[in-house]
Amino acid sequence: MFRFIVTRIGLLIPTFFGVTIAAFSFIRLLPGDPILLLAGERGIDDERHAQLMAQFGFDLPIWQQYLNYLGDIIQGDLGRSIVTKQPVLEEFLALFPATLELSICAMFFAVALGLPAGVIAGVTRGSKFDHTVMAVSLTGYSMPIFWWALLLIVVFSGELGWTPVSGRISYLYFFEPVTGFMLIDSLLSGEKGAFASAISHLILPSIALGTIPLAVIARQTRSAMLEVLGEDYVRTARAKGLPPSRVVGLHALRNALIPVITVIGLSVGVLLAGAILTETIFSWPGIGKWMVDSIFRRDYQSVQGGLLLIAVIVMTVNLIVDVLYGLINPRIRHTR
Amino acid sequence: MSLLEIRNLSVEFTTAYGQFRAVDAVDLDVDQGDVVAIVGESGSGKSVAMLALMGLLPWTAKVQADRLSFDGKDLTSLEPKQRRRIIGKDMAMIFQEPMTSLNPCFTVGFQITEAMKVHLGGTRAERRRRAVELLDQVGIPEPETRLSAFPHQMSGGMNQRVMIAMSIACNPRLLIADEPTTALDVTIQAQILELLLSLQRDRGMALVLITHDMGVVAETAQRVMVQYAGQQVERRDVVGLFSTPAHPYTAALLDALPERSRGKRLPSIPGVVPGQLDRPDGCLFNPRCRFATDLCRSRPPGRGSPEQGAALCHYPLQGGEPSGYPPDLLDQLRRQAAEEARSA
Repeated sequence: MFRFIVTRIGLLIPTFFGVTIAAFSFIRLLPGDPILLLAGERGIDDERHAQLMAQFGFDLPIWQQYLNYLGDIIQGDLGRSIVTKQPVLEEFLALFPATLELSICAMFFAVALGLPAGVIAGVTRGSKFDHTVMAVSLTGYSMPIFWWALLLIVVFSGELGWTPVSGRISYLYFFEPVTGFMLIDSLLSGEKGAFASAISHLILPSIALGTIPLAVIARQTRSAMLEVLGEDYVRTARAKGLPPSRVVGLHALRNALIPVITVIGLSVGVLLAGAILTETIFSWPGIGKWMVDSIFRRDYQSVQGGLLLIAVIVMTVNLIVDVLYGLINPRIRHTR
Repeated sequence: MSLLEIRNLSVEFTTAYGQFRAVDAVDLDVDQGDVVAIVGESGSGKSVAMLALMGLLPWTAKVQADRLSFDGKDLTSLEPKQRRRIIGKDMAMIFQEPMTSLNPCFTVGFQITEAMKVHLGGTRAERRRRAVELLDQVGIPEPETRLSAFPHQMSGGMNQRVMIAMSIACNPRLLIADEPTTALDVTIQAQILELLLSLQRDRGMALVLITHDMGVVAETAQRVMVQYAGQQVERRDVVGLFSTPAHPYTAALLDALPERSRGKRLPSIPGVVPGQLDRPDGCLFNPRCRFATDLCRSRPPGRGSPEQGAALCHYPLQGGEPSGYPPDLLDQLRRQAAEEARSA
């Protein structure tokens, strides 16, 4: 098991370098001059422009810029935003809990609904429930997040008035962030109603963000379940006289979870990408919104740093998934 | 009263082409301590009949029986929950493919103790001790360490031993073994059969052995049911069956045994078991039967007397010749046989 984990970590190193190249070049492929954007409408004279370009190192040949960037990263320095002058890592870490909180809630929503729905659909294959789950999940998967999010706001916030439109918590409450997670902070603050307010703000964004993973998980669980239910060992389990709940919930599900875990791991990438849209629509102060703003400002350092950090997070999650695999499926654990 | 009593069991599947009858009017009586073999080619409905008894068929299967009773309890009228109290406890089954019949995600120990936990209760330590005992009984070395092994870490033969240990964990009174040696090496096959028989003798349990190997039948069983295309074409004691087979299909199966072969070439039965779409009229065996007449091709045969193995045949064999056969055809048959004898 130890060797298995070490091998997986070793595989991450080349991926990491690939990501640095991607993060470095994507923002530079976009047209637009960061210094001009920084100067704003008044413009900037050529001399000052050249001076600033030299200051940020943008006048160097592109490969030299990359090597400088790589050298900084290896020393753990992601640079400073050219707009706010704050260290990128600091800005990222300040905003990341908001995104993490949203992503966890969205994933919880997706798994809590998608897994049972997929299992039941698989077991009752061809039933009305099965057809409904498949139809709903296909619809959910096909819906653009921004449109789905707006629809949710229009119906539940606008028409019904059940949930707030945007933000993380009502303006009535204010307290210093301790953990950065609003749900925890609101509880710690001891203010009445703060926690309820935080939850009500989380509901719509979580649904909007969790819908696509939900659809993918439900469909994957269903097909994995169908496959596993036809296996000989499921027949053996039934031949022992075990109740159906145990046959399905233990013998079949344990095996069906293997592909489902993969999908959940891959969904984390989708989730962070989806967070950009969701956060923008719900004015959620997370890294998604920050990334969008940085891209519009051609804030090279922030975009590079943010992309890299997001990629590292996705890679870490997938590493965890790989390890989980080994725990669930002994055949993988032992083959190394 | 027999331990197991099956009367007129039939199983039908609904397919895209209509109903398919996989098991047709099967009868079976098994007493405590009996060893009964069910033989037949692939596709003759041997496994399906026993899976129906265990209640393991998918819901698409329609199971009907005049009587399906185990230990005096009518299985057809039992609630699923009550039926599960019998399945895996008093009536257990082992399967053909040991490698895929064990769950790859759980240890051997977990899978063996599971049925005990559900049916017998007891403490964890008791179940564990019993599992070690069982593994020892089925001839697995170092049973204690094997408890924490996963199925993929063991060979097919070892896995089949684990399957056997699992099936006898709750001291069943009837064990159904569905081709337990087919997927194993020849050298292991004999060991596994010997193990099954010794367990059967020691525990006095009834054993139903499904096989397509006549050699296995000869070594193990007391009684034999020969099944073809879902029907029992012959049923009788093993000695009678081997000395004077009454149904031409049984005779052909026996002729195909290498140790009974007399000619240079091993005889085989041409063709395959009819499926759903090529079911013949009359006797189901007629397209492959060398004695088939127009009568065989038009009318389904009735059952013969018990002395004739209750053969499902218009002309059950007597001394190797069909009885009640049209005289002209019989003459022709004799001439042919004489010619063959000369050339051989």
